[in-house]
Amino acid sequence: MKFNDLFQEVFISILSNKTKSSLTVLGIVIGIGSVVAMMSIGQGAKISVQESIQSVGSNLLVIYPGAQKNIGMNISGGRGSAQTLSQDDADAVENEIDFIRTVAPEISKRYQVTAKGTNTNTSIIGTTTSYSQVKNLEMDVGSFISEQNVKSLSKIAVLGPTTRDDLFGEGVDPIGQKIRINRINFTVIGLTEAKGGTGFGSQDDIIFIPISTAQRYLSGDDYVSGINVQVQNEEYMTAIQEQITKLLLDRHNISNPQLADFSIMNQAAILNTMNKVTNTFTIFLGAIASISLIVGGIGIMNMMLTTVTERTREIGLRKAIGSKNKDIHLQFLTEAIVLTFIGGIMGIIFGVLVSFGINHFTATTTSISMFSIILAFSVSGVIGIGFGYYPAKQAAKLNPIEALRYE
Amino acid sequence: MSLNKQSIIDCQNLSKTYFISEEIKTEVLKNVSFSINKEDFVAIMGPSGCGKSTLMYLLGCLDISTSGKYFFDKVDVSTFSNDQLANFRKNEVGFVFQNFNLLSRSTVLRNVILPLVYAEVPREEREERARIALNNVGLDESHFQHLSNQLSGGQMQRVAIARALVNNPSIILADEPTGNLDSKSSRAILSSFQKFNQQGQTIILITHEQYVADYAKRIIYLHDGKIIKDKRTR
Repeated sequence: MKFNDLFQEVFISILSNKTKSSLTVLGIVIGIGSVVAMMSIGQGAKISVQESIQSVGSNLLVIYPGAQKNIGMNISGGRGSAQTLSQDDADAVENEIDFIRTVAPEISKRYQVTAKGTNTNTSIIGTTTSYSQVKNLEMDVGSFISEQNVKSLSKIAVLGPTTRDDLFGEGVDPIGQKIRINRINFTVIGLTEAKGGTGFGSQDDIIFIPISTAQRYLSGDDYVSGINVQVQNEEYMTAIQEQITKLLLDRHNISNPQLADFSIMNQAAILNTMNKVTNTFTIFLGAIASISLIVGGIGIMNMMLTTVTERTREIGLRKAIGSKNKDIHLQFLTEAIVLTFIGGIMGIIFGVLVSFGINHFTATTTSISMFSIILAFSVSGVIGIGFGYYPAKQAAKLNPIEALRYE
Repeated sequence: MSLNKQSIIDCQNLSKTYFISEEIKTEVLKNVSFSINKEDFVAIMGPSGCGKSTLMYLLGCLDISTSGKYFFDKVDVSTFSNDQLANFRKNEVGFVFQNFNLLSRSTVLRNVILPLVYAEVPREEREERARIALNNVGLDESHFQHLSNQLSGGQMQRVAIARALVNNPSIILADEPTGNLDSKSSRAILSSFQKFNQQGQTIILITHEQYVADYAKRIIYLHDGKIIKDKRTR
């Protein structure tokens, strides 16, 4: 039997029982659709976590003061409060270690801020010009802290959008306005773009001032509460983390790394861990969805077995007019494969639509990867062959005489 | 043993035993020997259970004998493999069944085209040949696109005969072809067999009714798995 004849026979028999065929296909559509949709939710979660981590800057190492508690636990409990890191440490890192793009030390502490009769309690970050580059800050209006501002201890401030809303109201241009931090007047020179809440605290409810100003007028000393280090290339991050550790241990005269009075958060390591978590999440969702795919496959097998029984006489007749066993086998197998193939294509479309729907109408981010589509497609092929093989085999091995006599 | 020059079918001591279990076996055909000439019209007649259907299955290569030899056109087919048997059925035999065995959800035309599909006849020839075969059994264009289950019994059997003839088989094997038909349709079908036989078609008819067998030129009477009488009527 020729290939195109085989397909014609298959389509004739699929179309001759539209209801049954559609219901069977529906099982596969739902199965493949759920796999695609569920995996898109998993992939979406992965991307949203990645974006969230990278929104605080890329290739970032953050050095925090305070003792490291245990090996493998990077962030110490004394973060920000201990006074073990100084401006000199930040300068040393920048000057002595290669492959660093830039270093931005910061002092952060919450203060009561007032302006024109309103007030709010917010984070004041004293930092340098490079902070905006390290943390991917974009300006909405005005400018960020300049080197000149840092040098001359300017009493200027850059507001985050939430702080602006709290102090001046939504949409108000705050440039040139005065605010009071710890009873000292500051002039607003810039407003950052909204970043949205991230996993590392809101980047919007914040005020930036020059680090020198913060040290002189607010903290009164030379300590910093964090040093942000942006590395040139992601590949060097671990090596540079080690170099910084060594440098700071030397500077602080600590011989046992276990007793370090600082800790370093490696963004790449966090990203890696989060990727592992979200990948597991994706696999988990995919596995749940694949249960419905298996049910769909069993549906195919069930339909094919019923078909073989219903069409026993037809199989007998086909054999009587010269069809070989392998022709019958191929015909029924192709029928199962074509059904799953149609179901697979429709399922992918269905899954993509569901995924877009979830993305559009809910807060959940979804992302469809080519991988999940190829996977769904191959799985539907395997299901067609896997669940179609047995019924086709049953059909092929029917005895023509018994088949012809079947009532 | 030498084979008859004119014969198309030569059966020598053909036996068929069905083994139902190790102890129970049924001997349906017992050392049956006969020959059938080309262009003959033979009826195999006998009561129900005499082995005539089994004989037809053996002649049509739907089954193989337990012992004995079956030569078709001087070729021993009793040792054929499954695929060889399928090829034999495709090229040499046209079957007509009591219950028609049409594909009910396919059109009349598609039913007749089906053997040509398995015979891998070029697509462009198939429809033309099917139309000719259908015209030969007295069905016109108006029936071609009907689904076969929309036809009357007589019409269905005509379609089945057209399907049997379309591939120009060496023999037509008809198993109780009038069993499900009224007497008028039966006469029409049997007359059409006579017509095809006059045109040179070898036909073997299985029946349990004398008046059906009387349409044939030769009647082989089967009883209890043995030939009890073999007579030429015309």
